[in-house]
Amino acid sequence: MAGKPKLHYTNGRGKMESIRWLLAAAGVEFEEEFIETKEDLEKLRNDGSLLFQQVPMVEIDGMKMVQTRAILSYIAAKHNLYGKDLKERAWIDMYVEGTTDLMGMIMYLPFQPAEAKEKNLALIIERATARYFPAYEKVLKDHGHDYLVGNKLSWADIHLLEAILMAEECKPDILSAFPLLQAFKGRISNIPTIKKFLQPGSQRKPPADEKFIAHVKKIFNM
Amino acid sequence: MSEKPKLHYFNGRGRMESIRWLLAPAGVEFEEEFLESREWYEMLLQDGALLFQQVPMVEIDGMKMVQTRAILSYIAGKYNLYGKDLKERAWIDMYVEGVRDLMDLIRVHHKLSPQEQQKNLALIGEKAATRYFPVYEKILKDHKDDFLVGNQLTWADVQLIEAILTVEEKVPTILSEFLLLQAFKARVSSIATIKKFLQPGSQRKPPTDEKAVAFTNRIFNRR
Repeated sequence: MAGKPKLHYTNGRGKMESIRWLLAAAGVEFEEEFIETKEDLEKLRNDGSLLFQQVPMVEIDGMKMVQTRAILSYIAAKHNLYGKDLKERAWIDMYVEGTTDLMGMIMYLPFQPAEAKEKNLALIIERATARYFPAYEKVLKDHGHDYLVGNKLSWADIHLLEAILMAEECKPDILSAFPLLQAFKGRISNIPTIKKFLQPGSQRKPPADEKFIAHVKKIFNM
Repeated sequence: MSEKPKLHYFNGRGRMESIRWLLAPAGVEFEEEFLESREWYEMLLQDGALLFQQVPMVEIDGMKMVQTRAILSYIAGKYNLYGKDLKERAWIDMYVEGVRDLMDLIRVHHKLSPQEQQKNLALIGEKAATRYFPVYEKILKDHKDDFLVGNQLTWADVQLIEAILTVEEKVPTILSEFLLLQAFKARVSSIATIKKFLQPGSQRKPPTDEKAVAFTNRIFNRR
Protein backbone atom coordinates (compact mmCIF):
# COMPACT_ATOMS: atom_id res chain seq x y z
CA MET A 1 0.00 0.00 0.00
CA ALA A 2 1.63 3.14 -1.19
CA GLY A 3 0.63 6.58 -0.95
CA LYS A 4 0.37 9.70 0.91
CA PRO A 5 -0.56 9.95 4.56
CA LYS A 6 -4.27 10.62 4.95
CA LEU A 7 -5.45 12.92 7.71
CA HIS A 8 -8.87 12.53 9.31
CA TYR A 9 -10.10 15.62 11.17
CA THR A 10 -12.35 18.61 10.87
CA ASN A 11 -11.50 21.31 8.36
CA GLY A 12 -9.75 23.45 10.93
CA ARG A 13 -6.60 23.68 13.02
CA GLY A 14 -7.25 22.00 16.37
CA LYS A 15 -4.89 19.20 17.28
CA MET A 16 -4.21 18.26 13.68
CA GLU A 17 -2.52 21.52 12.74
CA SER A 18 0.88 20.62 14.24
CA ILE A 19 0.79 17.43 12.19
CA ARG A 20 0.10 19.39 9.00
CA TRP A 21 3.00 21.71 9.85
CA LEU A 22 5.41 18.84 10.40
CA LEU A 23 4.47 16.96 7.24
CA ALA A 24 4.65 20.13 5.19
CA ALA A 25 8.05 21.09 6.60
CA ALA A 26 9.32 17.60 5.84
CA GLY A 27 8.12 18.04 2.25
CA VAL A 28 5.58 15.22 2.57
CA GLU A 29 2.43 15.51 0.48
CA PHE A 30 -0.69 14.44 2.34
CA GLU A 31 -4.41 14.01 1.77
CA GLU A 32 -7.18 15.11 4.06
CA GLU A 33 -10.63 13.68 4.67
CA PHE A 34 -12.70 16.20 6.58
CA ILE A 35 -15.24 15.30 9.22
CA GLU A 36 -18.15 17.57 8.36
CA THR A 37 -20.95 16.04 10.43
CA LYS A 38 -21.60 13.93 13.51
CA GLU A 39 -22.39 11.07 11.15
CA ASP A 40 -18.93 11.27 9.60
CA LEU A 41 -17.41 10.87 13.06
CA GLU A 42 -19.76 8.02 13.95
CA LYS A 43 -18.84 6.22 10.75
CA LEU A 44 -15.13 6.37 11.61
CA ARG A 45 -15.90 5.09 15.08
CA ASN A 46 -18.13 2.28 13.84
CA ASP A 47 -15.54 1.24 11.26
CA GLY A 48 -13.15 0.57 14.12
CA SER A 49 -10.77 3.13 12.65
CA LEU A 50 -10.29 5.11 15.84
CA LEU A 51 -8.40 3.23 18.53
CA PHE A 52 -9.77 5.38 21.36
CA GLN A 53 -12.81 6.75 19.48
CA GLN A 54 -10.96 10.01 18.92
CA VAL A 55 -9.38 12.07 16.18
CA PRO A 56 -6.81 13.12 15.00
CA MET A 57 -6.29 9.93 13.06
CA VAL A 58 -3.64 9.61 10.36
CA GLU A 59 -3.39 6.69 7.96
CA ILE A 60 0.33 6.26 7.42
CA ASP A 61 2.55 3.32 6.48
CA GLY A 62 -0.23 0.79 6.95
CA MET A 63 -1.19 2.07 10.39
CA LYS A 64 -4.22 4.04 11.48
CA MET A 65 -2.34 6.20 13.96
CA VAL A 66 -4.08 8.12 16.71
CA GLN A 67 -2.89 10.34 19.59
CA THR A 68 -1.31 13.54 18.38
CA ARG A 69 2.03 13.11 20.11
CA ALA A 70 2.45 9.55 18.85
CA ILE A 71 1.77 10.69 15.29
CA LEU A 72 4.14 13.65 15.53
CA SER A 73 6.94 11.55 17.04
CA TYR A 74 6.60 8.98 14.28
CA ILE A 75 6.71 11.58 11.51
CA ALA A 76 9.65 13.40 13.12
CA ALA A 77 11.70 10.22 13.44
CA LYS A 78 10.81 8.99 9.98
CA HIS A 79 11.91 12.23 8.34
CA ASN A 80 15.07 12.85 10.34
CA LEU A 81 13.66 15.71 12.35
CA TYR A 82 14.25 14.07 15.73
CA GLY A 83 17.94 14.66 16.37
CA LYS A 84 20.82 12.26 16.00
CA ASP A 85 20.69 10.42 19.34
CA LEU A 86 18.76 9.87 22.52
CA LYS A 87 19.97 13.05 24.20
CA GLU A 88 19.10 15.31 21.27
CA ARG A 89 15.72 13.62 21.19
CA ALA A 90 15.33 14.41 24.89
CA TRP A 91 15.91 18.13 24.30
CA ILE A 92 13.59 18.15 21.30
CA ASP A 93 10.92 16.44 23.39
CA MET A 94 11.33 18.97 26.19
CA TYR A 95 11.10 21.94 23.85
CA VAL A 96 8.11 20.50 22.01
CA GLU A 97 6.24 19.85 25.24
CA GLY A 98 6.69 23.50 26.17
CA THR A 99 5.31 24.78 22.87
CA THR A 100 2.53 22.19 23.10
CA ASP A 101 1.49 23.59 26.47
CA LEU A 102 1.46 27.14 25.08
CA MET A 103 -0.40 26.26 21.89
CA GLY A 104 -2.86 24.18 23.89
CA MET A 105 -3.84 27.25 25.89
CA ILE A 106 -4.38 29.22 22.68
CA MET A 107 -6.30 26.39 21.04
CA TYR A 108 -8.79 26.10 23.89
CA LEU A 109 -9.37 29.84 24.18
CA PRO A 110 -12.41 29.89 21.85
CA PHE A 111 -13.99 27.07 23.86
CA GLN A 112 -13.81 28.91 27.18
CA PRO A 113 -16.88 30.67 28.54
CA ALA A 114 -17.07 34.27 27.39
CA GLU A 115 -16.46 35.71 30.87
CA ALA A 116 -13.18 33.84 31.19
CA LYS A 117 -11.82 34.77 27.76
CA GLU A 118 -10.18 38.04 28.73
CA LYS A 119 -8.50 36.50 31.75
CA ASN A 120 -7.30 33.52 29.76
CA LEU A 121 -5.95 35.67 26.96
CA ALA A 122 -3.98 37.68 29.52
CA LEU A 123 -2.65 34.43 30.98
CA ILE A 124 -1.58 33.21 27.54
CA ILE A 125 0.32 36.43 26.90
CA GLU A 126 1.92 36.26 30.33
CA ARG A 127 2.98 32.64 29.90
CA ALA A 128 4.31 33.29 26.41
CA THR A 129 6.38 36.31 27.43
CA ALA A 130 7.43 35.28 30.94
CA ARG A 131 7.74 31.51 30.74
CA TYR A 132 8.10 30.08 27.27
CA PHE A 133 9.68 32.63 24.94
CA PRO A 134 12.41 33.53 27.44
CA ALA A 135 13.36 29.84 27.63
CA TYR A 136 13.73 29.51 23.86
CA GLU A 137 15.45 32.89 23.53
CA LYS A 138 18.01 31.69 26.07
CA VAL A 139 18.55 28.39 24.26
CA LEU A 140 19.38 30.27 21.06
CA LYS A 141 21.53 32.77 22.93
CA ASP A 142 23.53 30.15 24.80
CA HIS A 143 24.64 28.14 21.78
CA GLY A 144 24.43 30.82 19.11
CA HIS A 145 23.15 28.39 16.50
CA ASP A 146 20.40 28.82 13.94
CA TYR A 147 18.34 25.93 15.31
CA LEU A 148 17.28 24.81 18.75
CA VAL A 149 18.98 21.39 18.83
CA GLY A 150 22.03 19.90 17.20
CA ASN A 151 22.66 22.80 14.85
CA LYS A 152 20.15 21.33 12.44
CA LEU A 153 16.46 21.75 11.69
CA SER A 154 14.32 19.53 13.91
CA TRP A 155 10.72 19.10 14.97
CA ALA A 156 11.41 21.52 17.84
CA ASP A 157 12.10 24.40 15.45
CA ILE A 158 9.00 23.76 13.35
CA HIS A 159 6.82 23.51 16.44
CA LEU A 160 8.28 26.72 17.87
CA LEU A 161 7.60 28.64 14.67
CA GLU A 162 4.02 27.41 14.71
CA ALA A 163 3.69 28.56 18.34
CA ILE A 164 5.22 31.96 17.59
CA LEU A 165 2.79 32.62 14.74
CA MET A 166 -0.16 31.50 16.86
CA ALA A 167 0.94 33.74 19.72
CA GLU A 168 1.33 36.67 17.33
CA GLU A 169 -2.28 36.18 16.29
CA CYS A 170 -3.12 36.83 19.97
CA LYS A 171 -0.79 39.84 20.25
CA PRO A 172 1.06 40.98 17.14
CA ASP A 173 4.07 42.46 18.95
CA ILE A 174 4.48 39.54 21.33
CA LEU A 175 8.07 38.96 20.21
CA SER A 176 9.14 42.53 20.84
CA ALA A 177 11.43 41.59 23.72
CA PHE A 178 12.96 38.60 21.94
CA PRO A 179 15.37 39.60 19.17
CA LEU A 180 16.77 36.12 18.66
CA LEU A 181 13.30 34.65 18.28
CA GLN A 182 12.48 37.35 15.76
CA ALA A 183 15.51 36.35 13.72
CA PHE A 184 14.63 32.69 14.22
CA LYS A 185 11.12 33.32 12.94
CA GLY A 186 12.47 35.01 9.81
CA ARG A 187 14.98 32.27 9.18
CA ILE A 188 12.69 29.27 9.66
CA SER A 189 9.86 30.89 7.70
CA ASN A 190 12.20 31.10 4.75
CA ILE A 191 12.95 27.40 4.54
CA PRO A 192 11.39 26.51 1.15
CA THR A 193 8.95 23.84 2.35
CA ILE A 194 7.83 26.03 5.23
CA LYS A 195 7.66 29.15 3.08
CA LYS A 196 5.37 27.24 0.73
CA PHE A 197 3.17 26.11 3.62
CA LEU A 198 2.83 29.72 4.77
CA GLN A 199 1.51 30.87 1.42
CA PRO A 200 -2.17 31.03 0.47
CA GLY A 201 -3.43 27.87 -1.14
CA SER A 202 -1.51 25.54 1.16
CA GLN A 203 -3.16 23.06 3.52
CA ARG A 204 -2.53 25.33 6.48
CA LYS A 205 -5.81 26.16 8.20
CA PRO A 206 -6.98 29.61 9.33
CA PRO A 207 -7.78 30.44 12.96
CA ALA A 208 -11.19 29.20 14.03
CA ASP A 209 -14.02 31.74 13.85
CA GLU A 210 -17.23 31.62 15.89
CA LYS A 211 -19.15 29.82 13.19
CA PHE A 212 -16.54 27.10 12.98
CA ILE A 213 -16.37 26.69 16.76
CA ALA A 214 -20.14 26.19 16.89
CA HIS A 215 -19.84 23.63 14.06
CA VAL A 216 -17.10 21.70 15.90
CA LYS A 217 -19.01 21.75 19.18
CA LYS A 218 -21.95 20.13 17.41
CA ILE A 219 -19.88 17.38 15.85
CA PHE A 220 -18.12 16.45 19.09
CA ASN A 221 -21.06 17.02 21.42
CA MET A 222 -19.20 19.70 23.36
CA MET B 1 27.92 14.17 39.93
CA SER B 2 25.95 11.21 41.24
CA GLU B 3 25.19 8.29 39.01
CA LYS B 4 21.62 7.88 40.13
CA PRO B 5 18.84 9.96 38.64
CA LYS B 6 17.55 12.56 41.10
CA LEU B 7 13.85 13.38 41.15
CA HIS B 8 12.64 16.83 42.22
CA TYR B 9 8.97 16.92 43.21
CA PHE B 10 6.78 16.97 46.24
CA ASN B 11 6.43 13.82 48.33
CA GLY B 12 3.40 12.49 46.52
CA ARG B 13 2.26 10.92 43.26
CA GLY B 14 1.16 13.71 40.94
CA ARG B 15 2.94 13.77 37.61
CA MET B 16 6.13 12.21 38.95
CA GLU B 17 4.59 8.85 39.80
CA SER B 18 4.72 7.49 36.25
CA ILE B 19 8.42 8.32 36.21
CA ARG B 20 8.99 6.41 39.45
CA TRP B 21 7.02 3.53 37.92
CA LEU B 22 9.19 3.44 34.82
CA LEU B 23 12.53 3.65 36.62
CA ALA B 24 11.58 0.87 39.03
CA PRO B 25 10.93 -1.96 36.55
CA ALA B 26 14.07 -0.96 34.72
CA GLY B 27 15.83 -1.70 38.00
CA VAL B 28 17.19 1.83 38.17
CA GLU B 29 17.90 3.17 41.64
CA PHE B 30 17.00 6.80 42.06
CA GLU B 31 17.14 9.56 44.66
CA GLU B 32 14.39 11.97 45.51
CA GLU B 33 14.54 15.55 46.72
CA PHE B 34 11.13 16.57 47.99
CA LEU B 35 9.84 20.12 47.68
CA GLU B 36 8.82 20.78 51.25
CA SER B 37 8.14 24.49 51.05
CA ARG B 38 7.49 27.45 48.78
CA GLU B 39 11.04 28.68 49.48
CA TRP B 40 12.52 25.44 48.23
CA TYR B 41 10.56 25.76 44.98
CA GLU B 42 11.70 29.39 44.58
CA MET B 43 15.29 28.33 45.09
CA LEU B 44 14.98 25.88 42.21
CA LEU B 45 13.45 28.65 40.12
CA GLN B 46 16.23 31.08 40.92
CA ASP B 47 18.90 28.50 40.18
CA GLY B 48 17.48 28.30 36.69
CA ALA B 49 17.01 24.61 37.25
CA LEU B 50 13.49 24.51 35.81
CA LEU B 51 13.32 25.16 32.08
CA PHE B 52 9.67 26.19 32.15
CA GLN B 53 9.51 26.96 35.89
CA GLN B 54 7.77 23.67 36.51
CA VAL B 55 8.31 20.32 38.13
CA PRO B 56 8.69 17.37 37.65
CA MET B 57 12.38 17.83 37.12
CA VAL B 58 14.78 14.90 36.92
CA GLU B 59 18.55 15.23 36.97
CA ILE B 60 19.78 12.45 34.73
CA ASP B 61 22.89 11.96 32.62
CA GLY B 62 24.02 15.54 33.06
CA MET B 63 20.66 17.02 32.07
CA LYS B 64 18.03 18.73 34.20
CA MET B 65 15.08 17.21 32.38
CA VAL B 66 11.59 18.64 32.63
CA GLN B 67 8.24 17.78 31.02
CA THR B 68 6.89 14.43 32.11
CA ARG B 69 6.55 12.91 28.64
CA ALA B 70 10.07 13.92 27.63
CA ILE B 71 11.48 12.35 30.79
CA LEU B 72 9.49 9.14 30.32
CA SER B 73 10.52 8.84 26.64
CA TYR B 74 14.16 9.26 27.55
CA ILE B 75 14.03 6.64 30.28
CA ALA B 76 12.17 4.22 28.00
CA GLY B 77 14.70 4.76 25.23
CA LYS B 78 17.68 4.41 27.53
CA TYR B 79 16.54 1.23 29.25
CA ASN B 80 15.24 -0.65 26.21
CA LEU B 81 11.58 -0.26 27.05
CA TYR B 82 10.72 1.47 23.77
CA GLY B 83 10.48 -1.38 21.27
CA LYS B 84 12.94 -2.45 18.61
CA ASP B 85 12.08 -0.07 15.76
CA LEU B 86 10.10 2.97 14.73
CA LYS B 87 6.82 1.14 14.23
CA GLU B 88 6.94 -0.58 17.62
CA ARG B 89 7.71 2.80 19.12
CA ALA B 90 4.65 4.21 17.35
CA TRP B 91 2.38 1.59 18.91
CA ILE B 92 3.95 2.06 22.34
CA ASP B 93 3.41 5.82 22.03
CA MET B 94 -0.23 5.33 21.05
CA TYR B 95 -0.93 2.93 23.90
CA VAL B 96 0.87 5.10 26.44
CA GLU B 97 -0.97 8.25 25.34
CA GLY B 98 -4.31 6.47 25.67
CA VAL B 99 -3.51 5.38 29.19
CA ARG B 100 -2.26 8.84 30.12
CA ASP B 101 -5.58 10.39 29.15
CA LEU B 102 -7.24 8.03 31.63
CA MET B 103 -4.62 8.76 34.31
CA ASP B 104 -5.18 12.50 33.90
CA LEU B 105 -8.80 12.06 34.97
CA ILE B 106 -7.58 10.41 38.15
CA ARG B 107 -4.71 12.81 38.77
CA VAL B 108 -7.02 15.80 39.07
CA HIS B 109 -9.62 13.93 41.13
CA HIS B 110 -8.65 15.22 44.55
CA LYS B 111 -8.53 18.82 43.34
CA LEU B 112 -12.27 18.69 42.73
CA SER B 113 -15.11 19.54 45.09
CA PRO B 114 -17.01 16.59 46.62
CA GLN B 115 -19.88 16.92 44.12
CA GLU B 116 -17.47 17.16 41.20
CA GLN B 117 -15.61 14.15 42.58
CA GLN B 118 -18.73 12.03 42.37
CA LYS B 119 -19.21 12.97 38.75
CA ASN B 120 -15.54 12.41 38.02
CA LEU B 121 -15.61 8.97 39.61
CA ALA B 122 -18.44 7.97 37.31
CA LEU B 123 -16.52 9.39 34.35
CA ILE B 124 -13.36 7.48 35.29
CA GLY B 125 -15.33 4.25 35.60
CA GLU B 126 -17.12 4.83 32.32
CA LYS B 127 -14.04 5.78 30.31
CA ALA B 128 -11.96 2.96 31.74
CA ALA B 129 -14.63 0.36 31.05
CA THR B 130 -15.82 1.53 27.63
CA ARG B 131 -13.00 3.45 25.96
CA TYR B 132 -9.65 2.32 27.30
CA PHE B 133 -9.59 -1.12 28.88
CA PRO B 134 -11.51 -2.78 26.01
CA VAL B 135 -8.76 -1.60 23.66
CA TYR B 136 -5.98 -3.21 25.68
CA GLU B 137 -8.02 -6.35 26.24
CA LYS B 138 -8.45 -6.65 22.48
CA ILE B 139 -4.75 -6.13 21.80
CA LEU B 140 -3.85 -8.96 24.15
CA LYS B 141 -6.60 -11.12 22.67
CA ASP B 142 -5.55 -10.49 19.06
CA HIS B 143 -1.87 -11.38 19.38
CA LYS B 144 -2.03 -13.62 22.46
CA ASP B 145 1.38 -12.44 23.64
CA ASP B 146 2.18 -11.68 27.27
CA PHE B 147 2.95 -8.03 26.56
CA LEU B 148 1.34 -5.28 24.54
CA VAL B 149 4.05 -4.70 21.93
CA GLY B 150 6.76 -6.85 20.42
CA ASN B 151 6.36 -9.75 22.80
CA GLN B 152 8.54 -8.15 25.46
CA LEU B 153 8.08 -5.76 28.37
CA THR B 154 7.90 -2.13 27.23
CA TRP B 155 6.89 1.27 28.60
CA ALA B 156 3.34 0.53 27.38
CA ASP B 157 2.99 -2.42 29.75
CA VAL B 158 4.36 -0.46 32.70
CA GLN B 159 2.04 2.46 32.01
CA LEU B 160 -0.93 0.10 31.68
CA ILE B 161 -0.33 -1.70 34.94
CA GLU B 162 0.10 1.60 36.74
CA ALA B 163 -3.23 2.70 35.31
CA ILE B 164 -4.99 -0.54 36.22
CA LEU B 165 -3.86 -0.37 39.84
CA THR B 166 -4.65 3.34 40.10
CA VAL B 167 -8.16 2.93 38.67
CA GLU B 168 -8.78 -0.06 40.95
CA GLU B 169 -8.13 2.19 43.95
CA LYS B 170 -11.16 4.21 42.85
CA VAL B 171 -13.24 1.49 41.18
CA PRO B 172 -12.23 -1.88 42.66
CA THR B 173 -14.26 -4.02 40.28
CA ILE B 174 -13.12 -2.29 37.11
CA LEU B 175 -11.41 -5.36 35.66
CA SER B 176 -14.34 -7.71 36.20
CA GLU B 177 -15.14 -7.92 32.46
CA PHE B 178 -11.53 -8.04 31.33
CA LEU B 179 -10.09 -11.48 31.85
CA LEU B 180 -6.95 -10.96 29.83
CA LEU B 181 -6.18 -7.75 31.67
CA GLN B 182 -6.59 -9.59 34.95
CA ALA B 183 -4.02 -12.13 33.80
CA PHE B 184 -1.82 -9.32 32.50
CA LYS B 185 -1.99 -7.58 35.85
CA ALA B 186 -0.98 -10.71 37.74
CA ARG B 187 1.79 -11.53 35.31
CA VAL B 188 3.36 -8.08 35.16
CA SER B 189 3.01 -7.58 38.94
CA SER B 190 5.14 -10.63 39.51
CA ILE B 191 8.09 -9.41 37.46
CA ALA B 192 10.82 -9.15 40.10
CA THR B 193 11.54 -5.42 39.85
CA ILE B 194 7.86 -4.52 39.67
CA LYS B 195 6.98 -6.86 42.53
CA LYS B 196 9.60 -5.09 44.62
CA PHE B 197 8.16 -1.67 43.71
CA LEU B 198 4.73 -2.84 44.81
CA GLN B 199 5.91 -3.83 48.27
CA PRO B 200 5.86 -1.56 51.32
CA GLY B 201 9.07 0.39 51.76
CA SER B 202 9.50 1.10 48.05
CA GLN B 203 9.53 4.62 46.60
CA ARG B 204 5.99 4.20 45.30
CA LYS B 205 3.76 6.91 46.77
CA PRO B 206 0.32 6.42 48.37
CA PRO B 207 -2.85 7.83 46.80
CA THR B 208 -3.16 11.60 46.91
CA ASP B 209 -5.44 12.97 49.61
CA GLU B 210 -6.87 16.41 50.44
CA LYS B 211 -3.96 17.23 52.73
CA ALA B 212 -1.50 16.69 49.90
CA VAL B 213 -3.58 18.87 47.60
CA ALA B 214 -3.63 21.72 50.14
CA PHE B 215 0.12 21.36 50.57
CA THR B 216 0.91 21.58 46.85
CA ASN B 217 -1.52 24.46 46.42
CA ARG B 218 0.53 26.33 49.02
CA ILE B 219 3.83 25.61 47.33
CA PHE B 220 2.61 26.56 43.88
CA ASN B 221 0.57 29.53 45.14
CA ARG B 222 -2.71 28.27 43.78
CA ARG B 223 -6.05 29.50 45.09
